[in-house]
Amino acid sequence: MLTIKNLHAEVDGKKILKGINLEIRKGEMHAIMGPNGSGKSSLSSVLAGRENYTVTEGEVIFEGKNLLDLSPEDRAREGLFLAFQYPVEIPGVSNLHFLKTALNEIRTYHNLPPLESKEFLKLTKEKQQLVDFNANLMNRSLNEGFSGGEKKRNEVFQLAMLDPKLAILDETDSGLDIDALRIVAAGVNKLRNADKAFMVITHYQRLLEYIVPDFVHVLYNGQIVKTGTKELALELEEKGYDWLKEEVHQKESV
Amino acid sequence: MTSDKSFYEFISNGVPGPEQKVDADNAIMPARKLAFSRFKELGLPTIKTEEWRYTNVQRFLKDAFTLAQEEQATVTPDQLKAANIPQLDSYRIVLVNGRLQADLSELPTGGKITVSKLSDAAGNAQLQAWFDKHPHLQSQPFAALNAALFADGLFIEAGVNATLDKPLQIIHVYTASANAFIQPRHLVVLHKSATLEIIESAVGLNDSAIAFVNAVTEVVLEENAELWHYNIQSTIKNSRHIYHTSATQKADSRYHHFNFTLPSAELTRNNLSVALTGSNTETNLHGLYLATGSQHVDNHTFVDHLVPNCNSNELYKGVLLDDANGVFTGKIHVHQDAQKTNAFQQNNNLLMSEKANINSQPQLEIYADDVKCSHGFTVGRFSEESLFYLRSRGIGEEAAKSLLVNAFAFDITDQVHIPALQDFLAEKIRQYVAGAINN
Repeated sequence: MLTIKNLHAEVDGKKILKGINLEIRKGEMHAIMGPNGSGKSSLSSVLAGRENYTVTEGEVIFEGKNLLDLSPEDRAREGLFLAFQYPVEIPGVSNLHFLKTALNEIRTYHNLPPLESKEFLKLTKEKQQLVDFNANLMNRSLNEGFSGGEKKRNEVFQLAMLDPKLAILDETDSGLDIDALRIVAAGVNKLRNADKAFMVITHYQRLLEYIVPDFVHVLYNGQIVKTGTKELALELEEKGYDWLKEEVHQKESV
Repeated sequence: MTSDKSFYEFISNGVPGPEQKVDADNAIMPARKLAFSRFKELGLPTIKTEEWRYTNVQRFLKDAFTLAQEEQATVTPDQLKAANIPQLDSYRIVLVNGRLQADLSELPTGGKITVSKLSDAAGNAQLQAWFDKHPHLQSQPFAALNAALFADGLFIEAGVNATLDKPLQIIHVYTASANAFIQPRHLVVLHKSATLEIIESAVGLNDSAIAFVNAVTEVVLEENAELWHYNIQSTIKNSRHIYHTSATQKADSRYHHFNFTLPSAELTRNNLSVALTGSNTETNLHGLYLATGSQHVDNHTFVDHLVPNCNSNELYKGVLLDDANGVFTGKIHVHQDAQKTNAFQQNNNLLMSEKANINSQPQLEIYADDVKCSHGFTVGRFSEESLFYLRSRGIGEEAAKSLLVNAFAFDITDQVHIPALQDFLAEKIRQYVAGAINN
């Protein structure tokens, strides 16, 4: 589904990603871990098409298409979804109107007619119940005055509504208490299926107790320095990142 | 006093003077003559005139104009479609160059609200009492010129406790086969406890000649009267507009005024002023200007707190695209006697192009000590993060930008009390933003 080859990127002339290689197949759950400043969020930004990042080398193939050639909206229309670490508040745009616009723009891209209001509302209700999103927030302005937890749940609700092929969750656990974390994780788990893939970016192992990954990758200094299974996350929880950093530096000096 | 000799000379000596005007019983002839000498004395403003610093009106007056307006320009119902507001149920008053067209209008009947031609009502006691009396008009050259030589306009009078079951839509049609200087004049009087909703729309029919509109509307709210006054300014490219709207509010009255200035007149200068002469009044001034191309939009507002215990609240928001130029001047004058005044003013702007420009200046003059007053001004560009968020959900750049502009305008449109008008404005904003992006 997604193939990242030797991806290098920089922001304001500063090298952030220094040769990422990663293969994600459908149905898989990948966790990206790593210490602060290792490039985790940058990777998600580059994939989603944030404009202040410049790709200097490498390629990303998503469902057979060169992802880096596409505008952010076309990446979304092709089935990529980024759950933001800091969802934006947009006063004056209602949550429902926003979702309807997004859904219909995606449908138009695939030569599908826009959803009738009735169908849209039915879908909304179904997904809102599935991921346990408060119906009272639907008519409110997008994320305006939402608590941290409500914002993250709204990201998962949008994910459910837009039904992407690949969802990237960027530190979705940050700022959540344990109850909110459980609800968000339960929502994500309900959306897992054999056709959909996930890339979960997190600093802590805690989230991975609820969303169990097939693979865990450790990003450090713009590169994936170690790949393993869920046990790797436990090891990191126990030992921290320092031993890995040392390993990397030893390799470099050899 | 004058620098544009040609237009000033033309008006002073080249056209039939006020003594040639025939209103009913010539009842306002003295007022016309007074106004004419006032105009001659004031002269035309230049950019050295403080109130016209950022609007060089001279360059819009260079063309040769005629004051002779087509008495019977033919307008078909089809041509009025441009002013159509879908789903709006309203009475309709159609004016062509300021002249009431009874056959195209649907006036309220049998109630306490009367609509007539100003020229026919010249002898009316209310008109005699109020015509050209507003204090803020006395120093305004274009208002004086209008009073002296206006062609015709509307006189709307709502009796004590009068109310209407639906809004009154006034459709101003401006048409000229040769460059014309068009001067409509209106007076709206709401007697004690009357309430009314007025929606003004403008239609331009011909862009081969320039229509320069110099219009004045005086509004009088007697005790406890309430007026919702929406002004939608959208006309053809080749038109230029100077509006004066001057209201007088007596005790306990409520005035809600909205200016929506949309593409694509070359010049729009709004002079909106309110004199608060009775206590416990409420004044809400809302403005939204969305300018594209090389439009010049200038809003001058003046809230005059003369007596204690009045509340005024003003919010003007601007979206400037392309090479558009915006000006906002908000004056609040709180007189020494006007204790317990609440006066708030806010002007926010969104610049959507490098070449767009805004000049904004609040002018607060406060001579009372027990008051609450504030003002604020912001100018910003798009939040790139908001735009990226919307695009990352599959929403194209154009749709995302019109969503954000509509969101920016929401504080204003949300105050509109007529749902059909809210929808109409949202759709207009969408169209104009899309049009500007695709240009």
